[in-house]
Amino acid sequence: MGTRPTGQPSLASLFTSFVSIGMMSFGGGLAAWTRREVVQKRGWLDDKQFLSGYALSQLVPGATNVNLAVFIGTQMRGTAGAIACFCGLTALPLAIVVLAGFLYLHSQTQAGAAWISGALGGMGAVAIGLNLGTGVRLARRNITGVIPIVITAIVTLSIGVFGFSLVHVLLVMMPVSLLAAWLTR
Amino acid sequence: MSLVLLQLIGLFAGLSMLAFGGGAGVIPDMQRATVDHYHWLTAREFLDMFAISRAAPGPGSLIVVLIGLKAAGMAGAAVSFAAMFAPSCLAVHLVARYWHRAARSAWRAVVERALAPVAVGLTFASGLSLMRGTEHGWLPWGVTIISTALFSLTEINPILLLGLGAGALLLVGP
Repeated sequence: MGTRPTGQPSLASLFTSFVSIGMMSFGGGLAAWTRREVVQKRGWLDDKQFLSGYALSQLVPGATNVNLAVFIGTQMRGTAGAIACFCGLTALPLAIVVLAGFLYLHSQTQAGAAWISGALGGMGAVAIGLNLGTGVRLARRNITGVIPIVITAIVTLSIGVFGFSLVHVLLVMMPVSLLAAWLTR
Repeated sequence: MSLVLLQLIGLFAGLSMLAFGGGAGVIPDMQRATVDHYHWLTAREFLDMFAISRAAPGPGSLIVVLIGLKAAGMAGAAVSFAAMFAPSCLAVHLVARYWHRAARSAWRAVVERALAPVAVGLTFASGLSLMRGTEHGWLPWGVTIISTALFSLTEINPILLLGLGAGALLLVGP
């Protein structure tokens, strides 16, 4: 594996680094925190290694930031490192989400349910906006040219407006997009 | 093992391998399966859980833990977590071992360029299908549009935005 012989971090320091990344990243922006910790503070990766890992984390299915943690762990310490980074990133958030879930499901039968429902409704409306805003940010940086814009629009409308299933859209649009990228390389 | 646990595992393990471009892309399918097909939760509960998972620290994919909790208690939460993360983590672990060999290959650049528009489209689609799936009144519409604009144009803290959204609907009423 492509690990560096010198300065190999311990499993404990990988774990604690990713515990702090997981907890600092309220509301998204995990990648920015990961870069800060792993490149700037610890110096485990340089910027180029980080960016190629980030690209790979987006190519492989799954949550990008969880993939990035597994990628960095694998690069540093193999399978054990991947497990250390994954557990560090998800352990505390998992506990918090389970606790929030119990409170939420319990609150539905309580007197304050309408109050909580209003607050969650507002947060839900913002959360949708965060998704759409992320799309706008990604599009500004990565989508240039007529063909990529058309592909983006078809995927958006077919699933988001017309309700086609993800599998069907991917089966059609991935080959189309690959062909377009290959022909315009 | 109960039928619901097996259904949770089957659903989330499948979605785990389809979640190209991050976790948000599978939200429409997740919504359809858990609300319309299995009837584990209502559309409103799905949006509530989506909001909780975005407000909590960590990856948004943790929404599967909330769905599992509602559908089958703690066992449901546990199997949903494992099913959602194990397949994709295994995949990235295996690919990470071979990634650097492909660093300068032509196919890697082509695949990267091909995935970008699909991933961006999936991100937009997840927002749109969440709006379609719930009764989105004029106030939530306004909040969604304003937060989309603020989040794409400024460096505003997402947690602050979530708090403002909660406050707006509490003041005016849902």
